[in-house]
Amino acid sequence: MIRGLVRFVDRRSGGAPFLRKALRYLFPDHWSFLLGEVALYAFIVLVGTGLYLTFFYEDSTAKVVYRGPYQPLAGHEMTHAYRSVLDLSTTVKAGLLMRQTHHWAANVFVAAIFLHLLRVFFTGAYRKPRELTYWIGLTMLFTALLEGYLGYSLIDDLLSGMGLAIGYGVVLSIPFIGANLAELIWDGPFPGSHVFFPRMFIVHVLVLPVLIGVLLTVHLALVVLRHHTQFRSDPRATEHRIVGVPTFPGQTPRSLGLFAAVAGVLFLLGGLVQINPIWLWGPYHTYSATNGAQPDWYLGWLIGALRLMPSFDLTIRGYTLVPNPFWGGVALPLLIFVLLLLWPWLERRFTGDRAYHNLLDRPRDAPGRTAIGMAVLTSVAVVFVAGSSDRVDVLFGVSYSAQIWLYRVLFFVGPVIAGLLAYWCCHELQRGERVERERKRAEQLARGSV
Amino acid sequence: MGKARDFLISGLVLLLGRRRRRVRRGERERVVVPEAPRNEGAELLAVFLLLASAACAVAFIVVYAVDSLPGHTQLLGLSLGLAFCFLAAALIVTGQRLVPNEELEDKYPEREHEAEQELVVQVIEESGLTRRRLLLGALAASGGAIGLALLTPLASFGPALRVSRFYRTPWSRGRRLVDEHGKPYRASDIEQDNFYTAFPEGADKEDFASPLLLVRLPTDRLQLPPENAGYDVDGIVAFSKICTHAGCAITLYRAPLFQPNEPPPALVCPCHYSTFDPSRGGTVTFGPAGRKLPMLPLEVDRVGFLLARGNFDEPVGPSWWGVRLKEPTT
Repeated sequence: MIRGLVRFVDRRSGGAPFLRKALRYLFPDHWSFLLGEVALYAFIVLVGTGLYLTFFYEDSTAKVVYRGPYQPLAGHEMTHAYRSVLDLSTTVKAGLLMRQTHHWAANVFVAAIFLHLLRVFFTGAYRKPRELTYWIGLTMLFTALLEGYLGYSLIDDLLSGMGLAIGYGVVLSIPFIGANLAELIWDGPFPGSHVFFPRMFIVHVLVLPVLIGVLLTVHLALVVLRHHTQFRSDPRATEHRIVGVPTFPGQTPRSLGLFAAVAGVLFLLGGLVQINPIWLWGPYHTYSATNGAQPDWYLGWLIGALRLMPSFDLTIRGYTLVPNPFWGGVALPLLIFVLLLLWPWLERRFTGDRAYHNLLDRPRDAPGRTAIGMAVLTSVAVVFVAGSSDRVDVLFGVSYSAQIWLYRVLFFVGPVIAGLLAYWCCHELQRGERVERERKRAEQLARGSV
Repeated sequence: MGKARDFLISGLVLLLGRRRRRVRRGERERVVVPEAPRNEGAELLAVFLLLASAACAVAFIVVYAVDSLPGHTQLLGLSLGLAFCFLAAALIVTGQRLVPNEELEDKYPEREHEAEQELVVQVIEESGLTRRRLLLGALAASGGAIGLALLTPLASFGPALRVSRFYRTPWSRGRRLVDEHGKPYRASDIEQDNFYTAFPEGADKEDFASPLLLVRLPTDRLQLPPENAGYDVDGIVAFSKICTHAGCAITLYRAPLFQPNEPPPALVCPCHYSTFDPSRGGTVTFGPAGRKLPMLPLEVDRVGFLLARGNFDEPVGPSWWGVRLKEPTT
């Protein structure tokens, strides 16, 4: 039967040579190479659960009085959008499971991409010939941030409304064009006209997912065309020869197993661990807000950056050049994104290394890169932690304003310390290895002479 | 009948023909070099895990169908999640114990194909198009213009060139202040150490420029700047409820109960903790907001209801490039 199937496919597509190669394509074996795969599988779960959700969601902001089974909100005025998600969560069988799994999958998706980026950065996997793969990956990460933000903004509960107001403030703050851009997106001042939610909906369920899907395809195609990178741990692995497990039979059960594990953990989280209980937040009104509101984790660094900025709008003769939210909401993420995009080129400029690299560095092998990477990571970590300063105040009684001043200082001092420390660690590790090598050689010599 | 017989014969011939061509096992060289390990224990385990996975999937269907079960979402998630987890475990056992464990070497793909590159360049050059500079220039102009033309309808998305609406508010002299249910506020309703949300009577409450914060301060503590002099009514001051930083609603009021030891009264936005001083006309005392809170002048009518005595002293909402260029309008 297998022979018949293979013959059928080959005769109609001529695909047998390709299929044979694909089956024996090699995957170097290291746990950190699975992080990207986790992101891919989370994306598949996102598309599947998301598709389910679209069949229940209504993108209308027309008002309706709630008369559903959830008593605490009985008689409240709300939008159709919020009511539809409320109904999905309370009356549709398995609706809450799908919604919570979708939300968890979004969190895991971004986390996996982020960790994958760290692995790629600190091992130098982005170097020639894989810069394109790296740039596409970065674009996907920042697209995923926007996609996640739009996803929880669609619900129109109190938290998502507050998030949208902040997003509006950030768009308004863009120099020269902020107000005009906001008029285009919202079709008028906040909260915008009735077309805004349908726009957001179609961007969330079509435009951005298709974009991510296309980028993902190109990303994977490029990985396959240039083959995987590998660590030096196996002596057979060189710049010219790859050592690894073939797609079939070795890798297939592992990858499928990883997919099943990701799906399993996400459904367990979706069923057992509550996330975004929107019925507790209530509907959004422009005039209401709640204390202790936090965005999903991957936007924590932006809320922290918004909070850390001291009070000023850059103004020239009454013309407001740079309103305050621009720094934290646009400038910082843009700076980090551009820095990461330019990094392969910057590194080439400074090290003069233009060679092909199929072998990965360990972080210690490139102390300069590791130090700069740790410095940037530390600055992002500081603003990320600053985003939780209000919770720290409530939970541990540490004064909010004292924390803000601490983080303002740490934002500049922390990266320097972390960078120097990382540089020193790399050097010590290298030195340790050198000493060890010499000791071994001396031992061998001694043994030889005896 | 004849056709059926033909089919039967040709099918038989095909089958037999295939038989003959097939290479016997053992005669051909192995591609997968190590034999699949004989590991009955692992196989049994994998089969058991797969059956457990199937059982969990069936359990999901049962839980879905039975309404009376408590904790519906939890049971659904548990059964479906476990079904996938058992499947994952079975696949990992298969991968680690049941399939041949190969670690192979292969060449990395060629770094570049110089001859092919040269051919591509040659084909393009020999087309003669690259020499026709004028044609290429015109093509670029046409493509650029068409691209621009296709982007132009994006301008219909919103009134991008009219920003006058950002200055507009529903407030004007004589408009009554009402609460969320439309009941007008009397000056006597506003107590000290409490704060109230007010709206313009009959206006859209969701409009950014509508909601107000009302607080009453002791008149001797009021230190309004000269441009806001007389904005209060017996210590009652009114501000826009929308934070000038990023547009959240200001819902925190710090009212000092033990003067003078405690910090002065403050209006605080819960999003980024911009802090405004109501006794000084809404100036920023902490946090990221770059602009004071817009203040609304108040008066009382003969019956004691609170009215607006004009418009805000600043445009409402987050800052944009023109926020300091014009006064708010009605």
